[in-house]
Amino acid sequence: MEVTFQFDWAAAFRSIPHLLPGIPWTLLISFGGLAIGFIIGIVFGLMRISPSRLLRLPAIVYIEVFRGTPILVQVLFIFYGLPQLLGGPINALTAGIAAIAVNSGAYISEVVRGGVQSIERGQREASLSLGLSRTQAFRYVIWPQAFRRMIPPLGNQGIISIKDTSLFSVIGVGELVRQGQIYIATTFTALEVYFMVALMYLAITWSLSLLLRQLEKRGLVGQ
Amino acid sequence: MTQNENPTAPIVRMEKVNKHFGSLHVLKEIDLQVAPGEVVVVIGASGSGKSTLIRCINGLEEFQDGHIEVDGNELTPHGKSGRALQKIRTEVGMVFQQFNLFPHLSVLDNVTLAPMKVRGWSRADAVETAERLLERVGISDQAAKYPSQLSGGQQQRVALARALAMEPRLMLFDEPTSALDPEMIGEVLDAMRELAREGMTMIIVTHEMGFAREVADRVIYIHKGEIAEQAPPEKIFDTPEDERTRSFLARVLKH
Repeated sequence: MEVTFQFDWAAAFRSIPHLLPGIPWTLLISFGGLAIGFIIGIVFGLMRISPSRLLRLPAIVYIEVFRGTPILVQVLFIFYGLPQLLGGPINALTAGIAAIAVNSGAYISEVVRGGVQSIERGQREASLSLGLSRTQAFRYVIWPQAFRRMIPPLGNQGIISIKDTSLFSVIGVGELVRQGQIYIATTFTALEVYFMVALMYLAITWSLSLLLRQLEKRGLVGQ
Repeated sequence: MTQNENPTAPIVRMEKVNKHFGSLHVLKEIDLQVAPGEVVVVIGASGSGKSTLIRCINGLEEFQDGHIEVDGNELTPHGKSGRALQKIRTEVGMVFQQFNLFPHLSVLDNVTLAPMKVRGWSRADAVETAERLLERVGISDQAAKYPSQLSGGQQQRVALARALAMEPRLMLFDEPTSALDPEMIGEVLDAMRELAREGMTMIIVTHEMGFAREVADRVIYIHKGEIAEQAPPEKIFDTPEDERTRSFLARVLKH
């Protein structure tokens, strides 16, 4: 008995227009969430290295909780759980952005902490010895150098978060995977459609990698 | 700028300064006065506390008890000096062993940063001063480069220009040539020699004994956190009184 399986290129290409509407959703959730996550990361990352225990402790708790629990559980908690607390529904898009924000925020906090701590002590000493205040030393000397070192791990986190949005099909956001599932339900061409879905993620993440590589090249002048 | 009313009043006055690192007693009852225009060289074995001593003067190290006064500003123990410390740092320049230039800024921006942000100078004024100072230390043609593109000796001269741009009343040098290749030590010492000649008050921690003998008004030998002996260079190098000084010099001057 002969089993033949044909990859149906025509079916794959036919799915493209049905998948494309998922891309703006994927991008909106990823980059919306990452933008907020970046702000969270700066705040909590700096709190994490503060000399004050009062600031350090909440940052440690936040980072441990959101790094230590699965993002799928986090988004389910936000979408199905939080409304019970708040007394009103949260729309799926907001829940998705919030989940990426708090999740990436925890990882970015550690990236910020690592970046700042990687700057040699002498940089701070030289700044202070010139009469710069601690705030000025941070703003003009420490942060610009730390930020450059943070670019590669931030890029990593961006790529991870983009892929994480694929889980949000479970709350019904119309992102890439969800669009694929809807289309497959009528055509039964799972192989071709998921292949195309994968390609689209690859296109997004690869573009981001290229962009970051450019940034790194330019940002690293004088390092 | 704080100007002492009496021009010969000491610019640095340390009285019974003690510092501990945990159980280690790094500075013991340090008494030291430095007059304006004086060049003081501090020598001693590594770990003797000589770097720690000068780092206390601009508050990079805390001390536990005693008295430090710099140009009329008083430092308090346990690093709680606040505004006085800020003021001291504005008036006291420092050159580090590892240069500590800002790698993300051009040579010119390294030198103009503090005058603009701390003194509030305009960019034009800061650039003019920076160019003059870079010229003086012999690197005016490298102003647009980044520190990593310079040799060690050039970097250290930029670091000197950076400190001088704040028009300090006192300069501290923490082993300024120890991280340099031998062929670059001379150019840095030349720049420092020039500065001494112009009357800058300087406290220099160094292992360059020949240089110490030549530029110092006074040499201080530190042994295990204590000032064991201080005297003019000829005296301390040729006829040291303290047994500890003699044995230290015998070790370092042998080669």
